Amino acid sequence: MSENGAVPRRGKVLTLDTMNASVKKVEYAVRGPIVQRAVQIEKELKEGVKKPFDEVIKANIGDAHAMGQRPITFFRQVLALCTYPELLDDNTFPEDTKNRARRILQACGGNSIGAYSASQGIECIRQDVARYIERRDGGIPSDPDNIYLSTGASDGIVTILKLLVAGEGRTRTGVMISIPQYPLYSAALAELGAVQINYYLNEEKCWSLDISELKRAVEAARQHCNPRVLCIINPGNPTGQVQSRQCIEDVIRFAAKEGLFLMADEVYQDNVYAEGCQFHSFKKVLFEMGPEYSSTVELASFHSTSKCYMGECGFRGGYMEVINMDPDVKAQLTKLVSVRLCPPVPGQALMDLVVNPPQPGEPSYATFIKERTATLRALAEKAKMTEEILNTVPGISCNPVQGAMYSFPRISLPERAVQEAKAKGVAPDMFYCMKLLEETGICLVPGSGFGQKDGTFHFRMTILPSADKLKVLLNKVKEFHQRFTQQYS
Amino acid sequence: MSFLREISPMVRSIHLPGQEVLMSRAARIRTELRQGIKKDFMELIDLSSSDIHSRGIKPISFLRQVMAACCYPSLLHSDRIPADARERARSLLTDSNGGSIGSYPPTGGMAKVRRSVSDFITRRDGGVPSIPEHIFLTTGSQQALTIFLKLLVSGEGPLRTGVLVPVPSYSTFSMALANQGGVMVPYYLCEEQGWALEMEELQRALQAARGHCNPMALYVINPGNPSGLVQSRKSIEEVIRFAAQERLFLLVDEVYQETIHGEDTEFVSYKRVLFEMGSPYSSTVELASFHSVSKGTFGEYGMRGGYVELVNLDPKVMEHALTFFNRDGSGTVMGQIALDILADPPQLGDPSYPLYSQEVQSIKNTLLSNVRRVHSVLNGVPGMSCQPIRGGLYAFVQLHLPQRVIEQAKEAGVEPDMMYCQRLLNEAGLCVVPGCECGQREGSYHIRFCIGVQEEIMEEVLQRLKSFHSHFMREFS
Repeated sequence: MSENGAVPRRGKVLTLDTMNASVKKVEYAVRGPIVQRAVQIEKELKEGVKKPFDEVIKANIGDAHAMGQRPITFFRQVLALCTYPELLDDNTFPEDTKNRARRILQACGGNSIGAYSASQGIECIRQDVARYIERRDGGIPSDPDNIYLSTGASDGIVTILKLLVAGEGRTRTGVMISIPQYPLYSAALAELGAVQINYYLNEEKCWSLDISELKRAVEAARQHCNPRVLCIINPGNPTGQVQSRQCIEDVIRFAAKEGLFLMADEVYQDNVYAEGCQFHSFKKVLFEMGPEYSSTVELASFHSTSKCYMGECGFRGGYMEVINMDPDVKAQLTKLVSVRLCPPVPGQALMDLVVNPPQPGEPSYATFIKERTATLRALAEKAKMTEEILNTVPGISCNPVQGAMYSFPRISLPERAVQEAKAKGVAPDMFYCMKLLEETGICLVPGSGFGQKDGTFHFRMTILPSADKLKVLLNKVKEFHQRFTQQYS
Repeated sequence: MSFLREISPMVRSIHLPGQEVLMSRAARIRTELRQGIKKDFMELIDLSSSDIHSRGIKPISFLRQVMAACCYPSLLHSDRIPADARERARSLLTDSNGGSIGSYPPTGGMAKVRRSVSDFITRRDGGVPSIPEHIFLTTGSQQALTIFLKLLVSGEGPLRTGVLVPVPSYSTFSMALANQGGVMVPYYLCEEQGWALEMEELQRALQAARGHCNPMALYVINPGNPSGLVQSRKSIEEVIRFAAQERLFLLVDEVYQETIHGEDTEFVSYKRVLFEMGSPYSSTVELASFHSVSKGTFGEYGMRGGYVELVNLDPKVMEHALTFFNRDGSGTVMGQIALDILADPPQLGDPSYPLYSQEVQSIKNTLLSNVRRVHSVLNGVPGMSCQPIRGGLYAFVQLHLPQRVIEQAKEAGVEPDMMYCQRLLNEAGLCVVPGCECGQREGSYHIRFCIGVQEEIMEEVLQRLKSFHSHFMREFS
């Protein structure tokens, strides 16, 4: 040490070695390396670098507005009024938008959406959410006290997982997640140090859930952990299947028998396209199964403003409803929620509008219905187009996109390609997607980011680009696949 | 009954602030007032949080105009929105994916906003360069702090990560630290010296910590919350040297930098001081500094907007930090719009400048006036003393409580200042936070209340407090 003070020692305080080790396992494919490369390519194109394509088409993330979907006028009008209430005397805004805005503002501190709100969410909005759920589920009661508003659905999902993960070693909590899955779950489980229990969806049967597979997974898991949670995404991400009512009943029975807490991710509940498919909420089915189940099975269901026909990802609106939670556990949940600060108030306001849309007779009703119908119809058409075009490609097989916003087709890769990928230390479908990106400018996410049966390969693409762009994309994928297959055969 | 009774011990151990009890009582009192039940006061005044909007301080017009136009772009053609607000909205919409603020912001935040923030930092710091890629936009400072704690906290038993935390502080951070399983290593600010940070005290805290945890980080709040301290450049240099010598990661919470009271006090950022100290400090000391739109004159707490600037971090660690920012999202677009305005407000010559500067100045004048009144009134009350409030949104007033109060509180099983606050709430209709919730030296008692309130209300508060205090002290003398 020198006389006039210490000389700083060498080396950083925070390095990979000194850092929290469980953080290193956290990955997030949806915005992973392939997306970073896509952004880089976009930059290169802007700088005038010549490429075999003019633009990058990002079909990697479920961001509807980024791909040109229009917001719902009514929602944006009310939000603008809430934001700048001086506009309440502007006669270009329909009367119903003003009524909604006033109601929301009255519930905010100082009538400002910039004020604090209670951690669980603004009370009158939770009441509105409860009423929406009752209407949706044919009158089955919903208690506002069981509603927790959240920063998107992800926040609610991570909070519940945090609540449920406990134990050490062999008693460590095991959480069942479907493979393929939405990587938020695996990332959260890695971070919490929970045991991930994979159950495989059945690709041959349109990605449906087999109870026998659930059974297999839970029994194997009991050897090394304590399975306590079963997560299900319906409609599915990335697989797009809409579970039948029978299937939901079977899952509930299974959860009851095995003593599992059910987490039902229902953020795509309005995105149902296929003939004969219908969204059945877990809660509704649960209650219609009678008190043996409805008073015992524990359930948390999640919704968000990011998907469906709203596509308002940037507002981070969401909620969860918890059913049959042990009161002590619920008290812990309320405590956990109050430790974090409130969900964004604009997102809460938006959630309020989603559960309280214009009604027949109101000035905004006609436009609202028109916009919502158009958006959902466009998605349904694109879902069909995607399935049809991809199924014309030898080596690609695509299950019907029954709902949600994605397609998860299976791709067969020549053995030589698989070997080359392995030699490069890259998953074969990542290798494929990287090449696709470099050659066509299309950004998809490799199936390895979502999980898949060993030896199978997939990619996930969104159906969000405009119909024209989507057609271009699908045909380019077709051409690429044929080229790729030839190149590596 | 449910099988799900086993909860992680870490979740169980989270203690809700005792404030919850006061807040429930406050809610009941409000209900009783509405029902017409007579009390010694007409209405309840809640100064427990720093939420200035809920106390009637208005949002900044320019900010809300820009946000409204971004929400509903038809307003880009409306003369209800001034030209410069429309222009700003246009440029933010151009920077949004698909031209809509409903799209996910890119990782790290909207490029335009990151650049604005970077320029803001450079201007603020007299030209010290700032790199947009080392700035991450978040849903506020707490989220960013939590992500850092996730990266930092690990180890078992005596190797468990420790973080030096000032006393007094605020409960959200300590709870987040406990939530992550980190060890809190308190260092006491010196009340007699205006809540100054003293090196001997930092040294003492560090020595005490070694052996039962692995201290890795030093958390400083400047301007202080609730202390109101604004560190001098010299003080900041001392802290930086200390962090360098003892190999501590500096977590610097600067969310109150916009609220400096009076012309005599100047805020200088840790980053600026670090850079101006030159080698070897400027290139080695690891620093994360946090800012937010929730405080200051904006008070846009509900919008959830903030940023963290990372200095001298290991690039590999940055990559992992990025994964968290990726997964947890860069926050809300509304919050980022607010940040853009914070970083790049209307300038002299812009149509909105007169109104903007008038609104901001008016809030600052109110705060300064309140600070002066707090000192003037409360320092004249026997049994109360208040250090100079140089920055921030709180007054943290010391109560010199008679022995009988302390004994009675002990019997009742509550902290003396909590008991004081309960009585203050019931008898004077004032909801404030007891010092035990913020941390304080053993045997000292305080109350904390927000000074971000209209001047007439501050006056009312001070009169009620003065009146209650003398009555209370007489009762227990």
